[in-house]
Amino acid sequence: MGILEVKGVNKRFGGLQALGDVNLSIAENTVHAIIGPNGAGKSTLLNVLVGKLVPDSGSVMFDGQSVLGRQPYEINQMGISRVFQTPEIFADLTVFENVMIPCFAKRDGAFRLHAIGSTRHETDIHETAEAILMDVNMLEKRHMVASSLSRGDKRRLEMAMCLVQEPRLLLLDEPTAGMARADTNNTIDLLKEIKAKRDITMAIIEHDMHVVFSLAERITVLAQGTPLVEETPENIKGHPKVREAYLGEAQV
Amino acid sequence: MLGMNGKDTTLFIVVCLMVLLAPILLNPFPTGSAFAQFNAGYPALLQRFVIFGILVIGFNILFGLTGYLSFGHAAFLGVGSFAAVWMFKLLSYNIVPAIVLSVIVAGLFSVVIGYVSLRRSGIYFSILTLAFAQMMYSIAYSDLVGKVIGTPITNGETGLQVYNDDPQILLGDGPKTPHLFGLEMNSSFTWDVGGWSFVFQNGYYLAGILMIASFYLAIRIFRSPFGLILRSIKSNQNRLNYTGISTRPYMLTAFVISGMYAGLAGGLLAAMDPLTGAERMFWTASGEIVIMSILGGVGTLIGPILGAGVIKYMENIVSTINDNVVHGWVAFMPDGLENFFVAIIHPFIGKGWHLTLGLVFMAVVIFLPGGLVELGQRIGAKFRRKKAPESAATSAEKGTV
Repeated sequence: MGILEVKGVNKRFGGLQALGDVNLSIAENTVHAIIGPNGAGKSTLLNVLVGKLVPDSGSVMFDGQSVLGRQPYEINQMGISRVFQTPEIFADLTVFENVMIPCFAKRDGAFRLHAIGSTRHETDIHETAEAILMDVNMLEKRHMVASSLSRGDKRRLEMAMCLVQEPRLLLLDEPTAGMARADTNNTIDLLKEIKAKRDITMAIIEHDMHVVFSLAERITVLAQGTPLVEETPENIKGHPKVREAYLGEAQV
Repeated sequence: MLGMNGKDTTLFIVVCLMVLLAPILLNPFPTGSAFAQFNAGYPALLQRFVIFGILVIGFNILFGLTGYLSFGHAAFLGVGSFAAVWMFKLLSYNIVPAIVLSVIVAGLFSVVIGYVSLRRSGIYFSILTLAFAQMMYSIAYSDLVGKVIGTPITNGETGLQVYNDDPQILLGDGPKTPHLFGLEMNSSFTWDVGGWSFVFQNGYYLAGILMIASFYLAIRIFRSPFGLILRSIKSNQNRLNYTGISTRPYMLTAFVISGMYAGLAGGLLAAMDPLTGAERMFWTASGEIVIMSILGGVGTLIGPILGAGVIKYMENIVSTINDNVVHGWVAFMPDGLENFFVAIIHPFIGKGWHLTLGLVFMAVVIFLPGGLVELGQRIGAKFRRKKAPESAATSAEKGTV
């Protein structure tokens, strides 16, 4: 029984079957990659997992509870955090403020009114926020406004914002899309570091096979909205079905 | 001090001193001098400065922090005024029940309007608030509620005021004018010194103290976790949803707080002059609040108060300058030149004060997107650069004022 169990999920947009009978099980404390050619339904699946889309049928269970019909913030409170393709951060706020907000969400839940006390006096929040910034090597940039960070640092900051909530499942949507090779390698190292330091389950949706084979322990190949195979990276490389799906698209 | 950091404390003390000394500071020209025209230190205008200050401080909690532009805030001011006048009519001229009720009623209205309007964001939110405010204006102007129940509630075009045959069950021998436990709002003390004459009025000081309290509360909200979350709503609502925070209750709280500030301002307007009319709720009044905020500097603590001051000053001072006054100033010129000069200035003064305001507003929006506060910051930065060019690095940390 995995921490995330997707069973028989279907999603149709007009005449397009975006997801057709998707079954997926992600085991706790693993890095699970979901790959597939363009239009395979990877993003649709991710949007179902985070509550942005509701499937036509099927079930999605996280740790024994259904996530279907819940708002994104409720799903986050259940322990699922999401990293976006382009880093989604609070660009007008400082790095430190960016990290404080998920700290408040973790401590106080979806809504609690602290309208009078100053944020300066929230010592426990400060300690947690400082610790996570230290973890991702950004403590010295804590007073910078987030919009002035480099792309790589924005990615780091977004990771820190997700990790500080101690999610049980981290969803990564093409975390290296559009990155130069050096940045991609940095991101891989960062993710490896994160995984080594804590118990966390990661689901990565990725195009870049280099990233997938560096990180993943299990790989699910999606094609035309349906999972073709689920295997270890070693067995995926020569798999005939995968070659078929990717024909001419990438070197597997 | 009082739970504020050093910079906020300084700002707070400056605002306190400004409010306390305004009757002197804003009266720099001796009575009877040619420039006495520009004196703003008389009670009726001073009251407007601080009351509209309260209004925009509250508006700034919504618009400045969350970026949600309400285009119907004058409606809350209006219901606050009506509630206060009704308290005068039913109980007595004591302003305490009037102001308390005006805040509560405005709060209730803003819960309902906020709950519906906050289902949408951006321009749709603005339009919804505008629509609600215009509906309320129409209802008040035609006194629809009064017609239904058979007794005037808003008294339509005439406006609501206190009559001698009103119940006023607690009036007794109390004053026949708004008062705070006997302290009459419109009584004042005049201090004549040299050519000057300074007027210190009870009503102004009561409103001023309430503005200081409102300002203090706003500082605390700005620096609180609640304020931080409101700023993050403006910055990136998508990220906030995926960070486990439900934005709606935070938004509604901010909306209701700013509505209650507007109600307080409305109650105070009635406390200064116990009558009111529907025109206080008209959409141009809501627009004025937006213009005050933008002119002063949206999202800064002091900006909107400055904006309110500038607009009320122009409305009351520039509008009173007529051609004769200008003729008086330029009497030294040869006749032809004098007439030419007056003709040039004519469209910008008196009834043309809106034109002047429009030009000032355009100049600020184009050259100072951060409002008058940005002007202050730039001037301050120029001085600092001359003194210590190496301190440029610290200005980066000031980005979050």
